[in-house]
Amino acid sequence: MERNIVYIAVFAALIAALGLVPKVTLLSGIPITAQSMGIMLCGAMLGARKGALAVLLFLGLVALGLPLLAGGRGGLGVFTTPWAGFLFGFPVAAFATGLAMRWMRGARVGVAAGVASVFGGIGVLYLIAVPYYMAMTGAGLPDAIATAMIPFIPGDLVKAVVAGAITGTIYKARPRAVMSRA
Amino acid sequence: MLSLTLERQSWAHRIPVGWKLATLFALTFVTFPIERLEPLIAGIVLVVLCWISLGRTGFRASLRALRPVLWFVVIILVYHFFVGRLHQGAVIVLQMLFLFGAANFVTMTSRLSDMMELVIRLLSPLRRFGIPPERIALAFALVIRFTPVLGQRGVRLAEAWRARSPRRVGVRIVAPLAVSALDDADQVAEALRARGGLRE
Repeated sequence: MERNIVYIAVFAALIAALGLVPKVTLLSGIPITAQSMGIMLCGAMLGARKGALAVLLFLGLVALGLPLLAGGRGGLGVFTTPWAGFLFGFPVAAFATGLAMRWMRGARVGVAAGVASVFGGIGVLYLIAVPYYMAMTGAGLPDAIATAMIPFIPGDLVKAVVAGAITGTIYKARPRAVMSRA
Repeated sequence: MLSLTLERQSWAHRIPVGWKLATLFALTFVTFPIERLEPLIAGIVLVVLCWISLGRTGFRASLRALRPVLWFVVIILVYHFFVGRLHQGAVIVLQMLFLFGAANFVTMTSRLSDMMELVIRLLSPLRRFGIPPERIALAFALVIRFTPVLGQRGVRLAEAWRARSPRRVGVRIVAPLAVSALDDADQVAEALRARGGLRE
């Protein structure tokens, strides 16, 4: 029990710490941060339920006013923009990543984590963020996909692959820590 | 750790957090159906007056918090200009600025400990589903303690990387960072258990 709650807290802190990693600017000029990779890692490492709880904990602290989002943002204001669908989608994305991890119990950890991250951290996340963006701005589906999805997809795919590799590495170093495989 | 709350006390710091959050919550529902520009502009003026009432540092901090949002404002306005629905774009932008400004005002004038206390109180019904609020409070405290530790360790790992490699520090430090964080987690969990642990 103690281990569960401390792991959830550590992963929430890891998402925050990844927000401090200087952002990389892609060729398309869109800055990508490592923070959404933290969401993928939560689901892949902790499994569906605990992964989602870690993300909720992180978002809770952001809402309470800690500047933990990439770029030192935080507070209640960040939940009011049309892009807030990403924030609301984060816990669901982590949950879906954890579920996919369970479906692929037979596969190699690194591969399974990469595929699960694509499914949860990209597929499910945009399934929430894009409709939210449409509802908030009145944009049509093609426009929403062009402005809120396409620019971020290349970076997200890179992050999913990296999240898979990291999960694989951690599984080698600390097999017991990968709770989705425990 | 640094929080976004303003140190200096103001009239708004003295309003109970619950009232501020309830007002903010109500404002979200009131604002979205508004399609005319005048009431939205009036709301923004009111928010700006609130910012000014926080004094010079408060006003500056409010403007600084606004910077990332301005980027969204530009995207939305440009998009709506090109599809010929500038009025709709203006409504969305004004709604967003108003709510963002108001939400930020609440964040800046509420102490973290007060917010946390309120959240724990609001979450206490979860006890019935087997999640005692004390456990949530512990989790909050753990994250607040772990975040700067992980941040500093990340900086040290990056320094070590630079000392050994001419290449740029990349995501390769995330795995060692995570492994060391997990070792910490095991130790903290053991320490908690050694001190009596959490009641089931």
